[in-house]
Amino acid sequence: MTGRLAFLLTLLMLAMLEQIWPANSENLAEHPAECRVAENLIVPNFPLAQVAHAIAAKQLNILVIGAGSSQLPGPNGGKNAYPARLQQALADKLPGVDIRLTTDAKSKRTAAEMVKVLPQLVASLKPALVVWQTGTADAIQAIDPDQFSQALGRGINIARSAGADVVLVNPQYSPRTESMIALGTYAENMRWVALQHDVPIFDRYSVMQLWADLGTFDFNATTKKLDIAERVHDCIGRLLADQVIIAAKESEPQPEIGR
Amino acid sequence: MIKVSSERDLRLDLFRGIALWLIFLDHIPSNAVSWITIRNYGFSDATEIFVFISGYTAAFVYGRAMQQHGFIVASARVLKRAWQIYVAHVFLFAIYFAEIAYVAHSFDNPLYTEEMGVLDFLKNPDVTILQALLLKFKPVNMDVLPLYIVLLLGFAPILWLLLRSPSLALVTSAGLYTLMWIFEWNFQAYPSGTWVFNPYAWQLLFVFGAWCALGGAQRLSRWLNSPVVLGLAAAYLVFAFGIAMTWYFPRLSAFVPKFVGELIYPIDKTNLDVLRILHFLSLAVITVRFVPQDWPALKSRISWPAIVCGQHSLETFCLGVFLSFAGHFVFTEVSNRILTQIIVSLMGILIMVAAAALVSWYKKVERQGPGPRPPTTKPGYAGGDA
Repeated sequence: MTGRLAFLLTLLMLAMLEQIWPANSENLAEHPAECRVAENLIVPNFPLAQVAHAIAAKQLNILVIGAGSSQLPGPNGGKNAYPARLQQALADKLPGVDIRLTTDAKSKRTAAEMVKVLPQLVASLKPALVVWQTGTADAIQAIDPDQFSQALGRGINIARSAGADVVLVNPQYSPRTESMIALGTYAENMRWVALQHDVPIFDRYSVMQLWADLGTFDFNATTKKLDIAERVHDCIGRLLADQVIIAAKESEPQPEIGR
Repeated sequence: MIKVSSERDLRLDLFRGIALWLIFLDHIPSNAVSWITIRNYGFSDATEIFVFISGYTAAFVYGRAMQQHGFIVASARVLKRAWQIYVAHVFLFAIYFAEIAYVAHSFDNPLYTEEMGVLDFLKNPDVTILQALLLKFKPVNMDVLPLYIVLLLGFAPILWLLLRSPSLALVTSAGLYTLMWIFEWNFQAYPSGTWVFNPYAWQLLFVFGAWCALGGAQRLSRWLNSPVVLGLAAAYLVFAFGIAMTWYFPRLSAFVPKFVGELIYPIDKTNLDVLRILHFLSLAVITVRFVPQDWPALKSRISWPAIVCGQHSLETFCLGVFLSFAGHFVFTEVSNRILTQIIVSLMGILIMVAAAALVSWYKKVERQGPGPRPPTTKPGYAGGDA
């Protein structure tokens, strides 16, 4: 959707701002460089009050609900997919906090299908945070964008009324299938829904597009090997952890121009 | 009865040609060059220009046919045009099908097991191809021609009305647009959802174009020359530009008051949001003001490439869709460096111009040519298609 040059310019501008205001990103510095190139796309625009409470109480329950792109194939898939990496990164950053993470990921599920199982999941797990990855199956089935947005809104309300914060995760950027799936439209849709509901979004689409533009990862590669996929999931888990921690620290929304 | 002007406005061909280039650039996914296209700087994009000008030229060409040869003959010509576009669309679908069958066969990446689900429909081609022929299954970026087909199918009666009572025709069109918003009318798509370009909505721009062609533009000229309208148009374009910048620099959205965001979003392309219409109209006001009909550059060589593309829009459009598939194929299979993207984009436009020039030459030869074959092109035809 958005031009690559626009992204590069954004990056350049942010890099310049970074020079002027030395960043508060000391906690990001320990990530591999390939993850860090995208750290400026992590915008903690809305606070996560429930997560902040849970961290203070040293007990953080997280539910990751998603579809096929929250999983990796293979015997170590569960360990290397981003939900497990998120848990690991949070555990490293929040010593002394007991972090329990449950993943409910099933391939080909649309947002509306996940909304159906969400009430039961939040009731039984009582998470302080619901990480909701969706959009890809909706794009493949060309679900009406309005219905998609409404399903997102319903899901967000269900999680909130069960006392959980929500972070949305939009679709993966997938250059090979771009002429077949309008992923960009659904990724964009999720950005607006997030904004409307004051929910942070992990903009996985933009992050991966930036990696593709900068040549950090080659998403066109035809391979059966898992190494790139694992590194991508590792970075997503780490960046997501940063976003959660920063958003939890914020007591109120602050436009952070050039942090 | 309204008089149909006999001189073709070259500005229409120029801007339709440019719109076709922009649509081509926008349709290559992840194309750096699409950074220059207008959709990045405001609410509307090349689709509005294309639909409006198509309505304008359709009224121009078939309006004269209807006056000279009557309703039946003109309707038959309009339907023949719709059929041509349908055939072109099915041809493009065949190319699309070949491309994705290839991708399905060759692509493997554990990161994208979910995304590969899009190829599932290859498992039941019987249903898919039938739905494609019914214009219900439409691949990404192949939505404009089906819209055009539907618009032409309904065009003859509205043209009849436009020639008798232009205002009533325009009010009817606006009424349909309003009813669409109230009752949420749209065409059903396959496997789910609705048409990406809602014909009930987009007909408004098509009919408005036709209305302008049949004397509406002259009636509007007093408004178009008013400095107040010009100022409002310019202000609106600046506002849209400011909003568009927040899409690329998310931190800028802090400067957009929340109520403004709630008021304008989502900007609905499917149903031709009013904000998009206003943006297109503002662009048109500014353009008409600074590019007069007798602008010397219109006859010069610089504008010839765009004009020739605009005059043979169906051929150029179809080629553009094909070239955007091909361009995407080059990006994924060969290289997606910025330099490749620039070369592919330029080559694509060059090929479009060359093909349009060839079609133009062939049509001229066919019309003048001696021999037993009678001229098959439309009488009352002034150097371009509808």
